[in-house]
Amino acid sequence: MVNFVIVSHSRLLAESVADLTKPMAAGVKVIPAGGLEDGSFGTSYQIITDAIEKAYTGEGVLVLMDMGSAVMTAEMVLETMEDRKVKMVDCPLVEGAVAGTIAAAGGLDMETIYRDLTDSGYVNKF
Amino acid sequence: MNKEKLILVIDQMADAMESQKEYLTELDNSIGDGDHGINMARGFGEVNKKRDALLKMEAGDMIKNLGMILVATVGGASGPLYGTAFMKAGTYLKGKEDITFDDFLESFQCAIDGVMARGKAVEGEKTMLDAMMPAKRAMEKEWKITGDVKKSLEAGIAAAKAGVEFTKRIAATKGRASYLGERSIGHQDPGATSFTFLLEAIASRI
Repeated sequence: MVNFVIVSHSRLLAESVADLTKPMAAGVKVIPAGGLEDGSFGTSYQIITDAIEKAYTGEGVLVLMDMGSAVMTAEMVLETMEDRKVKMVDCPLVEGAVAGTIAAAGGLDMETIYRDLTDSGYVNKF
Repeated sequence: MNKEKLILVIDQMADAMESQKEYLTELDNSIGDGDHGINMARGFGEVNKKRDALLKMEAGDMIKNLGMILVATVGGASGPLYGTAFMKAGTYLKGKEDITFDDFLESFQCAIDGVMARGKAVEGEKTMLDAMMPAKRAMEKEWKITGDVKKSLEAGIAAAKAGVEFTKRIAATKGRASYLGERSIGHQDPGATSFTFLLEAIASRI
């Protein structure tokens, strides 16, 4: 199954987004990578690296980020993993996490989920 | 410049980030998330802790590893940005035992290219590039005319400072400050400011 990593400046935000995906995506691993080691706001290269390792399966990992350093730090982590099946997705964090994990639980492959999340862009809410 | 001198430059940069910690954070409080000074001081504090290990490396690797330490420990956007800058500069300097001013200028251009690619930014967006790019042009020009390292660095610092002033007059289109739009006008960019302090630190040891 495709797994996910949630990168955020906030530990609580990343953990909550991960929790929010659970009811509809049993079996999909969603590893939060939020905040710095001491719990303060920021993004940690090591925490993101560890989260990807923890989430990794041969079927791939999709990384969803909030903004700024979350995107740049995740990008630098991924540059060290070029031989692995890991991709960053440019999509809304909460909606993307929910939609992506449901798709993963349904058995869709990484490329398909990636494309669906990227194409959907900002989903209209009303 | 050899590596014994280079470590003194690194010490000076670390001192500057520690002593400007509160000022940079104050600037970042106005238009960002208020962590720039704390983050830079934390990153260079870690560099300081690894001083002995750095000193065992050749010059290019020292700079490259400094960048890797910043990426791992800064925790904000300045981590990947300055980290990439130093990593690119260090990669260019690899194998050079004595760094000439021409080498420095070339490695500086690699740093600028790295920041542009990492931040997907160009000059005029109220970022560190608004100090880095004018500084590079001024140093290159002065170096060509006078061939004097001190004068060239002084010209670079003056241009970086003018760049910082310029960031007060424009709106941010990159980073957290971009959410403020026009309201970011009137405030100087913290990243352009920290770069200017780093350049001053470099110049003070050459």
